Amino acid sequence: MNSGSMGKNYAPGEIIVRQGETGDCMFAIQKGKVEILRRGKGGEVRVAVLEEGEVFGEMAIFEREVRSATVRALGEARLLTVDKKTFLRRAQEDPTLAFNLMQMMCRRIRKLNSTLVELQLGAGPRVRDPAAAAEPEPQLERRDRTDRRVTKERRMGESRRKGPRRGDGAATSATAT
Amino acid sequence: MGAMFFLSFGQMPGVQRLIPIPRTTTQRKNLASYFADEQERLALADGSRIGVIGGGPAGSFFAYFLFKMARSIGLDISVDIYEPRYFAHRGPAGCNHCGGVVSESLVQLLAAEGINLPPTVVRRGIDSYVLHTDVGQVHIETPLHEMRIAAVYRGNGPKHSEPVDIAGFDRHLLDLSESAGAKVVRKLVTGFDWDHGRPQIRTADGAAATYDLVAVAAGVNSHILEALNSPALEHRPPGTLRAFISEFHLGQATINEWLGNSMHVFLLDIPRLEFAALIPKGDFATLCLLGEDVDEQLIEQFLATPEVKACFPDAVVPPPVCHCFPRINVRAAAQPFADRIVWIGDSGVNRLFKDGIGSAYRTAKAAAKTAVFRGIAKADFEKGFWPECKALIVDNRIAKLIFGVTTLIQRLRFLRRGVLRMTAQEQREAGKNRRMSSVLWDVFTGSAPYREILLRTFHPAFPLQLMWNLVAGNLLRAEQKTGTGSGR
Repeated sequence: MNSGSMGKNYAPGEIIVRQGETGDCMFAIQKGKVEILRRGKGGEVRVAVLEEGEVFGEMAIFEREVRSATVRALGEARLLTVDKKTFLRRAQEDPTLAFNLMQMMCRRIRKLNSTLVELQLGAGPRVRDPAAAAEPEPQLERRDRTDRRVTKERRMGESRRKGPRRGDGAATSATAT
Repeated sequence: MGAMFFLSFGQMPGVQRLIPIPRTTTQRKNLASYFADEQERLALADGSRIGVIGGGPAGSFFAYFLFKMARSIGLDISVDIYEPRYFAHRGPAGCNHCGGVVSESLVQLLAAEGINLPPTVVRRGIDSYVLHTDVGQVHIETPLHEMRIAAVYRGNGPKHSEPVDIAGFDRHLLDLSESAGAKVVRKLVTGFDWDHGRPQIRTADGAAATYDLVAVAAGVNSHILEALNSPALEHRPPGTLRAFISEFHLGQATINEWLGNSMHVFLLDIPRLEFAALIPKGDFATLCLLGEDVDEQLIEQFLATPEVKACFPDAVVPPPVCHCFPRINVRAAAQPFADRIVWIGDSGVNRLFKDGIGSAYRTAKAAAKTAVFRGIAKADFEKGFWPECKALIVDNRIAKLIFGVTTLIQRLRFLRRGVLRMTAQEQREAGKNRRMSSVLWDVFTGSAPYREILLRTFHPAFPLQLMWNLVAGNLLRAEQKTGTGSGR
């Protein structure tokens, strides 16, 4: 290891963050590559590969949610953590600190939109008949389902905050599994 | 506001401002003066020229952020950075005379800004501190065991050092601002004047260039600050103290064995000494002494202490290969802004004794932000730039209190025993709330605002634990000689 390297070394294949864990920092890649893996019903899918100079885990800085994906080192990688507290303390004094992250997130949203369009064009018929066009888009359908799940989780969260109530036991144990 | 209507007009492309339509004569007069003011408003426009005196971190950060922000609103400007040095020579000719530590918080903030420090620039990643006192020493580690502090050379390494593939920190930042669009003018600034209300920079070759805005980032060791000390400006230069910086050639293997990846800080009972640190960098170790006008007597007294000697092989301090007595900013400049001119970095306001590069980043960015989004008049800098300086000044007042307590610890041996014992206990027990360790860490690294450090000591557990450790550390001394801490 070079004595002038910043951050921490990760071995090939080492998990850096795990989907579902709580996080309080983001990571700046100093050297090497990492892969972003998202676990779904059908298994694990590689969402992206990030390289030196890129940042990940930034959602944990802005939201109090669990990590949305697993990140694994592709080969040897060196990463520097940026603490939520350090970042937000400075960002409230200098909001332009978030510009770089916002630009990076905009680039990722553009890329995601392109991928989504490609997937939709690849998966279904390009020209839909008028009757089918009147129906809701499959993507919207999926988003509705996600929203319902989030609402349910929120309800569960609220019920947990309020403490156990009679008849809530079954629902709580179902969420826990 | 009830008796008024609102008028919307374009202030700048894409920006709308609402102003109330006045009804009374006075209000009409105000409106006329408002439009006159708008026409005369001092602001950057397409084609504006900005001059920066000094290509150290403050000047480079200023140019970099100025371009970044100007581009974000489609403003086409040009920036000339006046820096005669290439930062490519070894020794004083290419150096900016500084301890060369990039704080933990700044390393992280720069990463968030997309500015990463490559291994060619960082001479050593620091992951811990060793606090040396006459009653023992303690090793304080980062919670994540990560290299988060960068030891860098401001120039291209000490005098007589081997040519290796390194780049100085200042050169790296200057290259960054150049790649953002700045032009580096390799000329020494010898004079400053006003040309029809616009600042003019004169150079050693007799040339003069007029700018819409000038940022002074010349540090406190530059003669140009005196040239700018005009009665027409309310600005007064900052108060300074003489520090001492020297380089010892030890070799990589000796550095690894004796100093490791730690910065060595000394709390010794030596009059006039405020702060002393030994920083490992490549084949060299940088010694940095801060205090009340450091002189040779103080240096000799410091180097003769057993705690310092113990950091070198065979307890022999080698002769330094390079040394300097730079002045450091210890009192903020008065009014570091005026119409079309702003003082940033060391020339303006700095954090007391710590994180000078971090202060350069903060003040440079605040000045750039103000110039792009507000304007370049005195009133604009007062609203946009001065609050950042004021925050540093207020924090420095708290710092004086904290350094007062540190001096007390330096003077009183029983206090040193208590502090050392409390820190050593915290470092031994994983998962324990490390109150003293975090306070010492942030005091030494300058990573957190001094206000936050002070507030941490107000936690009820802090004085209680300190009291217990003062009693135990002084009455049960034998207990100290275990684990990471060793006591005398």
